[in-house]
Amino acid sequence: MSLISRRRLFSAGGAAAGGLLLSGCDGLVRDEKLKRIIGSAEAATQRWQRLVGRDGLAQEFALSDLSPVFKANGTQNPREAEYQAHAARGFADWRLAITGLVTTPMSLSLADIRRLPARTQITRHDCVEGWSAIGQWTGPQLGLLLKAAGLKPDARYVVFRCADNYGGEVDKGGSQSTSIYYESVDLVDAFHPQTIVAHSMNGAPLGVPHGAPLRMRIERQLGYKHAKYLVGIDVVASLAGYGRGKGGYWEDRGYEWYAGI
Amino acid sequence: MATVPIEQAPPAGTLVVKRHSAVVRLAHWLNALAMVFLIGTGLNIFNAHPMLYWGEYGATADADRRWLSIAAAGRKGGPYGYVEIGSLRVETTGVLGLSTGANGQLQALGFPGWATFPSYRDLGTARNWHFFWAWVLILNGLLYLGHGLVSGHIRRDILPRLKELAPANVLHDIARHARLDFPKGEEARRYHVLQKLAYGGMVLVLVPLVIFTGLGMSPGMNAAWPWLLELFGGRASARSLHFVAMALIVGFIVVHLLMVLLAGPINGIRAMVTGKLRIARESLT
Repeated sequence: MSLISRRRLFSAGGAAAGGLLLSGCDGLVRDEKLKRIIGSAEAATQRWQRLVGRDGLAQEFALSDLSPVFKANGTQNPREAEYQAHAARGFADWRLAITGLVTTPMSLSLADIRRLPARTQITRHDCVEGWSAIGQWTGPQLGLLLKAAGLKPDARYVVFRCADNYGGEVDKGGSQSTSIYYESVDLVDAFHPQTIVAHSMNGAPLGVPHGAPLRMRIERQLGYKHAKYLVGIDVVASLAGYGRGKGGYWEDRGYEWYAGI
Repeated sequence: MATVPIEQAPPAGTLVVKRHSAVVRLAHWLNALAMVFLIGTGLNIFNAHPMLYWGEYGATADADRRWLSIAAAGRKGGPYGYVEIGSLRVETTGVLGLSTGANGQLQALGFPGWATFPSYRDLGTARNWHFFWAWVLILNGLLYLGHGLVSGHIRRDILPRLKELAPANVLHDIARHARLDFPKGEEARRYHVLQKLAYGGMVLVLVPLVIFTGLGMSPGMNAAWPWLLELFGGRASARSLHFVAMALIVGFIVVHLLMVLLAGPINGIRAMVTGKLRIARESLT
């Protein structure tokens, strides 16, 4: 009896292997139970990377290592009239709001931000697609801003809101729209010394294709975490309430929230 | 009851020997499954940017750093797909660069849908699955290596002895393979030198290389273990070497499957399932 079932097991295994080869396996992707099992790898990766390198610094390069052309990806020029108006005025009235679970909410002008002590770092930007480029970034550390605002005890995540209707759909109303680009990190990456709010790139004010006037640099994670066209920093206890609740525009579309790999 | 070939009593004149330990068999099949998914998802991920470079970085504009690209281009008479390695361009329409999609239409795509998982372009899903199976590959590899070192399997069965590596012996083995003259009798009890080199090359060189070059592409691991990229000469190089290691692994799998077919697939596969290999007794000395 056990012999028969072993043979059955064999033919079942053979059929499964054959199915795989014929790409009949796309259905696996839609299986909710499998999706949860497969998705468990993300938490394992995050825990592992925090275990071996919680305080590790991303490699920093020399000026001579800069990419001749730093590829711009995603939105390269937000079409919204409000953004275009800001761009036309040289972002003179741009403001960055720091709100949420903070004791002192703030609204900073670009001039305020440029006056803050800044960190300059030459780092490699790794796109999820596979290409990479080296650029120089300057701006205050996010940790500095968060300390000034003062975190309340239940703060767990920092959400970056952007003036970028990346999905292109009609605005359904502020940060609730699933079409607006946004991103988020936990407090470990928020307070990492290389996590900065960059206002300059390669020694000049940030250009529009790279997120003018402000973008995030989250150096130990992939490019989609580095939100461009930054208008707001929200300190929150939960990521629910933004987009579809997964913590970022691309996360809402199936990408990992922890993008350290 | 005993009508199933797999457990049939061996014919007279054959000897049944213990070939593979339970750990080796489990590791082998788990590895095989992981490889199918890792290669399929890896090719899907590659398709998001089907170009490879050497050095610390590389993007579309860095033509001087690029050594491979798979793409489609247009010309009179319609588009064509090609692979470009250095300055050499080979047309690969139908397979690489340009292939027929599920809807029957030609589509510009690095590797064709039948080679990728999922069969359509989906970087997010491919990454989810790639990293899940990467964990399986790593944990399975640690189990195999730990067991192999403690049990002596690697030293006894995998590492070639010095005298086996003598050129005359290697050449002799190559010649016998070319004649499809596979070991019988007493000789068949252990791996010969080409098998040792192939299996050892896979489990001790290629799989570790593919894992460490994979980790070398991770910005999180780069910060944790800066030596990873010092070892591989930069992130773009690590990505290239990851691809090369994958190609060599695919080469191993093709030759391995061919050899299993030629040397007797039923006996070989049965041995990797039950652990027992049958050897013709009359040729025992």
